[in-house]
Amino acid sequence: MSKINQIEGKAVPVEGNDIDTDRIIPARYLKEITFTNMGQYPFYDERFDAEGKPKGHPFDLPQFQGSHLLFVNQNFGCGSSREHAPQSLMRWGVRAIIGESFAEIFAGNCTMLGIPTATVSQADMQKLQALAKEKPATHFTLDLDKKVLLADGKEHLKFDIHESKRNALVNGTWDTTGILLANAAKTAEVAKKLPYVSGY
Amino acid sequence: MSKGTLYDKVWAAHVVEKLPTGQYQLFIGLHLIHEVTSPQAFDMITEKGLKVAYPNRTFATVDHIVPTKSQARPFQDNEAEQMMEAIEKNVKNFGVSFFDFKSGKQGIVHIVGPENGLTQPGMTIACGDSHTSTHGAFGTLAFGIGTTQVRDVLATQCLSMDALKVRRINVTGKLKPGVTAKDVTLYIIQKLGVKGGIGYAYEYGGEVFDAMTMEERMTVCNMAIEGGARIGYVNPDQTTFDYLKGRPYSPAADKWDKAVAHWKSIASDKDAVYDDIVTFKGEDIEPIVTWGITPDQSVGVNDKLPAVASFSADEVKTVELAYKHMELKPGQSIKGTPINVAFIGSCTNGRISDLREAAKVAKGRQVSKSVRAFVVPGSQQVKLQAEKEGLDKIFTEAGFEWREAGCSMCLAMNPDKLQGNEISASSSNRNFIGRQGSKTGRTMLMSPAMVAAAAIEGKVADIREVMA
Ligand code: SF4
Repeated sequence: MSKINQIEGKAVPVEGNDIDTDRIIPARYLKEITFTNMGQYPFYDERFDAEGKPKGHPFDLPQFQGSHLLFVNQNFGCGSSREHAPQSLMRWGVRAIIGESFAEIFAGNCTMLGIPTATVSQADMQKLQALAKEKPATHFTLDLDKKVLLADGKEHLKFDIHESKRNALVNGTWDTTGILLANAAKTAEVAKKLPYVSGY
Repeated sequence: MSKGTLYDKVWAAHVVEKLPTGQYQLFIGLHLIHEVTSPQAFDMITEKGLKVAYPNRTFATVDHIVPTKSQARPFQDNEAEQMMEAIEKNVKNFGVSFFDFKSGKQGIVHIVGPENGLTQPGMTIACGDSHTSTHGAFGTLAFGIGTTQVRDVLATQCLSMDALKVRRINVTGKLKPGVTAKDVTLYIIQKLGVKGGIGYAYEYGGEVFDAMTMEERMTVCNMAIEGGARIGYVNPDQTTFDYLKGRPYSPAADKWDKAVAHWKSIASDKDAVYDDIVTFKGEDIEPIVTWGITPDQSVGVNDKLPAVASFSADEVKTVELAYKHMELKPGQSIKGTPINVAFIGSCTNGRISDLREAAKVAKGRQVSKSVRAFVVPGSQQVKLQAEKEGLDKIFTEAGFEWREAGCSMCLAMNPDKLQGNEISASSSNRNFIGRQGSKTGRTMLMSPAMVAAAAIEGKVADIREVMA
């Protein structure tokens, strides 16, 4: 499994607190039984009007096309546990998300897909979003080893990330099935000791 | 760090290993699946050539996409039909029990687990659905997961997890007449905010919780996640044991005493240590209505909507968006806001006691001509029980539609949707933009009795005045 140490690219800012997963991906797209097409749908109802014409959402602006970093505010990804949300962002091109805070289930889902969820202060995020808007060509580097974000090669600021999530990414252990399976014997032992498994 | 809480005890009993990342491998005692978040997970384990490790610890149902006017197959919606066929194929191939339409046990995943006795104190419970916190009402660690994690549970019966902190939330005293468990949970979210619970499990306790029925406790725990807490739970007590006795998957009579002894042992110790404690007074809680686009944007039914300036600077954007979307104005009363749609149902309030409360309001009254009102029982068993009690007649005579079991307009993945900018009074749990199927649609969350009152009056009403 691949180690994820650095993620580079342009950044797209999406502003607002409490952006829930229904807004990231409307429920009607959850009817597809694969994730294959999800890249077409992130923020769909915020991006397109009733006739399907773009409304000028950052995801449609030319300067942000090809971005790999996403800059967000507080409690991003709250609400439904639908993995379709990070799947749609990832398939659109997002490789890392930096925000003020993340909803728990959403952040866990991101890690499972190899997407870091890094946090910075409100003041820093305001600066980052402003920089991405004013100079959209800025090339950012999220360095997970050093926990710093570079802008055009120069150290810009430090970020936080949940240590276990960072470990999983930098050591390439974020795809957990194999790791969990390796402990199958121990799992069976733990199960046997649980009264509801053994029949009380 | 918390110590001696139910959270600590149940967590410790389920840890398989500390993983090199610093996360813990946690055994999952009960895995519930539904049609929307499982097909990709089954595809993933098929691709890896894996089997379901503990097929008898996984149970499946269908709820999100099922039509509620008729359960006849094939569904008219082709995508819904495909989704149904996928879960039918998967449960068959992998040997998983399935509460399908014919079983008589079909319904919303968080309703069928408890009502069949699958949900038992001391378990870890995972489901690809954020409202899995509902099952915490029984003293379990129950939480929502994404599809890739569903894959892990299927393949290994384990998850890689971080431990949470524990916040004790006391609600003391007594609730006033007309105030329900839904109001309690909305009140807690209003006070602690939608982000307040991030990183925490909520332990609910105090006199108000001691006095609650299991169904009421489920309503509160259901919405822990709306306050940001992935887990919400109540310590098991006699109310819990009485509820579980005699249910299909509950421990048999000869094991009962041992089971109860175990359940008592996992409750939080008297001297348990919490990471945080907050206390509210039951008497302070009014019937609550949400006016915005996040579940913490709410007021008491007799309150005026808050001024934008009363919010902190970083909330202002969301508040302004909320007012714009809801077409409401600061200073106006929520009471009297006209509604177009009334929805009674969902995993928050689609249980028999919810329908009974709503039926008391509907009885002998008529739904306003301007309102489309419907009642969607949370499960086939709830529906059957309601019909035995004649609740369906009360509802239909009052002008409500009476439907088949499912999630329905809680998230509108089936044909039940708001149209255009219709505004609903809803007993569900999320007032997010677009949640009820129309991107300009508007949702006001409240208790099922308050929804029924709004349906009758054609506008948001105080249940106490309607019933006076
Ligand atoms: S009723 Fe609503 S919240 Fe509950 S499981 Fe169904 S869609 Fe989710």
